[in-house]
Amino acid sequence: MTAPLLDVDGLRVAYPGRGFRARPVEVLHGVSLTVGEGETLGVVGESGSGKTTIGRAVLGLVKPSGGRVRFQGRDITHAPARARRALARDLQVVFQDPYGSLNPNLTVGDILSEPLVVQGASLKDARARMRALLDQVGLPANAPERLPREFSGGQRQRVAIARALAPEPRLIVCDEPVSALDLSTQARVLDLFIDIQRRTGVAYLFVSHDLAVVRHVSHRVSVVYRGDIVETGPAGAVTSEPEHPYTRRLLLAAPVADPDEQARRRAERRRLQDAEIGQGAHG
Amino acid sequence: MSTDAPNPTEETCETGAAPSRRSSAARRLLRDPQAVVTAGLLLVIVVLGLLAPLLAGHGPNEASLDAINADPGTPGYPLGGDGSGRDIFARLLHSINTSVVSALIAASIALAIGVTAGLVGGYFERRVRGLTEWAFSLIMTLPGLLLLIVLMPVTGGDYRTTMAIFGVLLSPGIYRLVRNLVVGVKNETYVDAARVSGLTTPRILGRHVLVAVRGPVVIATAFLAGQAITLQSGLAFLGVGSSAAPSFGAMISEGFLNLYEEPLQFVWPSALLGIINAALVLFGNALRDTLQGAQPKPAKIVRTGPEAAAPADAGPAAGLLTVEDLAIAYPAPSGELQEVVSGVTLSLSSGETLGLVGESGSGKTQTAFAVLGVLPAEAVVTRGSIRLDGRELLGLGEGELRDVRGRSIAYVPQEPMSNLDPSFTVGAQLVEGVRAAATSRISRRDARARVLALLKRVGIPDPERTFRSYPHQISGGMAQRVLIAGAVASRPVLLIADEPTTALDVTVQAEILDLLRDLEKELNMAVLLVTHDFGVVADICDRVAVMRHGEIVETGTTAELFGDPRHAYTRMLLDSIPGDAVRSDPPPGDAAGRGPGPSGETVAKEAR
Repeated sequence: MTAPLLDVDGLRVAYPGRGFRARPVEVLHGVSLTVGEGETLGVVGESGSGKTTIGRAVLGLVKPSGGRVRFQGRDITHAPARARRALARDLQVVFQDPYGSLNPNLTVGDILSEPLVVQGASLKDARARMRALLDQVGLPANAPERLPREFSGGQRQRVAIARALAPEPRLIVCDEPVSALDLSTQARVLDLFIDIQRRTGVAYLFVSHDLAVVRHVSHRVSVVYRGDIVETGPAGAVTSEPEHPYTRRLLLAAPVADPDEQARRRAERRRLQDAEIGQGAHG
Repeated sequence: MSTDAPNPTEETCETGAAPSRRSSAARRLLRDPQAVVTAGLLLVIVVLGLLAPLLAGHGPNEASLDAINADPGTPGYPLGGDGSGRDIFARLLHSINTSVVSALIAASIALAIGVTAGLVGGYFERRVRGLTEWAFSLIMTLPGLLLLIVLMPVTGGDYRTTMAIFGVLLSPGIYRLVRNLVVGVKNETYVDAARVSGLTTPRILGRHVLVAVRGPVVIATAFLAGQAITLQSGLAFLGVGSSAAPSFGAMISEGFLNLYEEPLQFVWPSALLGIINAALVLFGNALRDTLQGAQPKPAKIVRTGPEAAAPADAGPAAGLLTVEDLAIAYPAPSGELQEVVSGVTLSLSSGETLGLVGESGSGKTQTAFAVLGVLPAEAVVTRGSIRLDGRELLGLGEGELRDVRGRSIAYVPQEPMSNLDPSFTVGAQLVEGVRAAATSRISRRDARARVLALLKRVGIPDPERTFRSYPHQISGGMAQRVLIAGAVASRPVLLIADEPTTALDVTVQAEILDLLRDLEKELNMAVLLVTHDFGVVADICDRVAVMRHGEIVETGTTAELFGDPRHAYTRMLLDSIPGDAVRSDPPPGDAAGRGPGPSGETVAKEAR
């Protein structure tokens, strides 16, 4: 088998402790995962589990304290700034907050053309590409003259997706890309992600706290719990017959939009909880 | 988010909106009378200074024995002559130039040093910042005025050199301002996105960071100019520096000596200096209002009571809470009222949980706030009634409302952390709430015992410790339990929960929902739950009302709504839930072997 597109091996990340001579706090304790070409790996976990840090370490926004990150066969764990800038062609990001991830002072046209111009495209080419991108993400053609604040949350996220797609990357790290969106908007943006993947063959590292969302877009799913991956497998298997007790708890805690089914799950969750308390394993 | 005052112009649909015209900062500034008047005044003064050689008949230092203390109106001396026989009018005009040059030199040096160092110190790592901090702290320790006087032999008395040094002394203020702004902007995800896009650091600083800090810097510059002019005049008044340069300070000083003979000599320079400084400060304030401040709402506030006053005793009401034909409007910038809630009718009985579901901007939070009586000041209830146990809540005074809110209606917010005061312990805040809501006076000790019992009731494992903790020391789930404890302390008949679990993890959410369900049974409360999550609705609600664009489109029992949704919008929402669908198509790598990507893609990349 050829090497996967992204290969993370034993990744450790520690943040400096607060206060004088405080010990660093390790948030990832040796995480390993792979993402193949054109594949979506869902990374699911709760707040503080370190799932976002995985994505940031891959992007080079935090410095790993141990382990290795390989992308397209090259070690990029400690890639210097120049190599990082070259990587921008193939490795992109879509952040959670469609309000904070677009500079409020720049027009959508400036936001979209910037990465292209930086990569050496002429202004004319950048414009042509921008039109294609806007069309691809379903934004109106007059979008470039407008400021981010003139768009709704879902439309802003489309701008962020278009920006990530601009250099035709091989992998996009998606950090909770639909969490801030309304339900109906969320469904449309998720479908857009899948649609783009089918057309361009881009791979996603899809980080989310929402099991249902992850299940919808992912081929495989990794579950993160307190800085460790506790379970990885095909999306269907992990999200319907989880092996790890934490995944099971997570699955039962997520409410489903069906009153009868939800009542059943609630009963089961309470039974599981009581059993755990009974064993003294959890309390 | 949904708790914000609704913005009626915001597009909730995904299709393209008509391009709206942006009003640039400059254009908004032109509409502000304060800015226009002060800027115009400054412009006139500067032009007068520039035209000084043409307007004045004499040079600023040209003395004539005939003109000593000449009266205003003497030919060639429109404002008279001073004690040395110089033309006061000419000196005034030339003093303007001195002031303008002082302001330009000091402000540009302060900006050049402060902005550059602020960008560097704010953006880079701790070590670099340590260095810049140290350097600027050192500058700040220097006694400014004293230093400028002591350095006179070095500067040779030239006010321009003095102003350059003063610029350096002013730079720490600008540095602090820029650094703080940069530290804030640096953590914005758009800066991260720019880094991932492959932008170099100077480009990120110039394009993304500098744009964000320019507003406050422009404002600070207006004040810097004022400071520089004041200081230059002050030094000249003290007689420090060369007397060759005409200056307001020197003129005031000379006028001062002549005060008893020719009081007007003292008035001219003082008045002009005062006008310049006042104009600069007022212009700076106008800039701040335009660039940073919220625009005051132009519409006048018309607070009308409910038009159709419901009969006070409505007999046996259908439920505990009845909302009838409620409409809430906000003044649009054009001055008209724009309805965000139009004709909402709902009822709620004791021991029942009603889910108010909708997407952002649907008016669900506004409806809940109206029941609580905490709508923003500019909101207007245009019609309808809200009755609790038969008592009309609309039109009640603030005092009566506070009574209702503390005892009968309780509230659980979306963001538990921002609803706890970080400077007081959890216990102190709860005790205060319990004592305020109590019908009879209760002692601090009794209140404390009550709070501890409540904390235990809401499932906090170590109530004593949580009681003593500050909000930042407890987790989000614990904070929400604390707020629920506070909410149910007075045994309310109605609990309004606004997205109470949206900010929490799913495992914590499940526990909080369990707690709410248990408390509802135990206290026989009515619960109005505002949410966007159909999973939460399915879990806890007995009945559901679906809102869209300020109207309720469908109401029914939870089973009815999920089993047989009648309205198209409800069906669309339910269809949007990701649900159990698992992605079925395999990644291309599995089917076609893991090659370097589809060939069409490579071609497209080369084609550009």
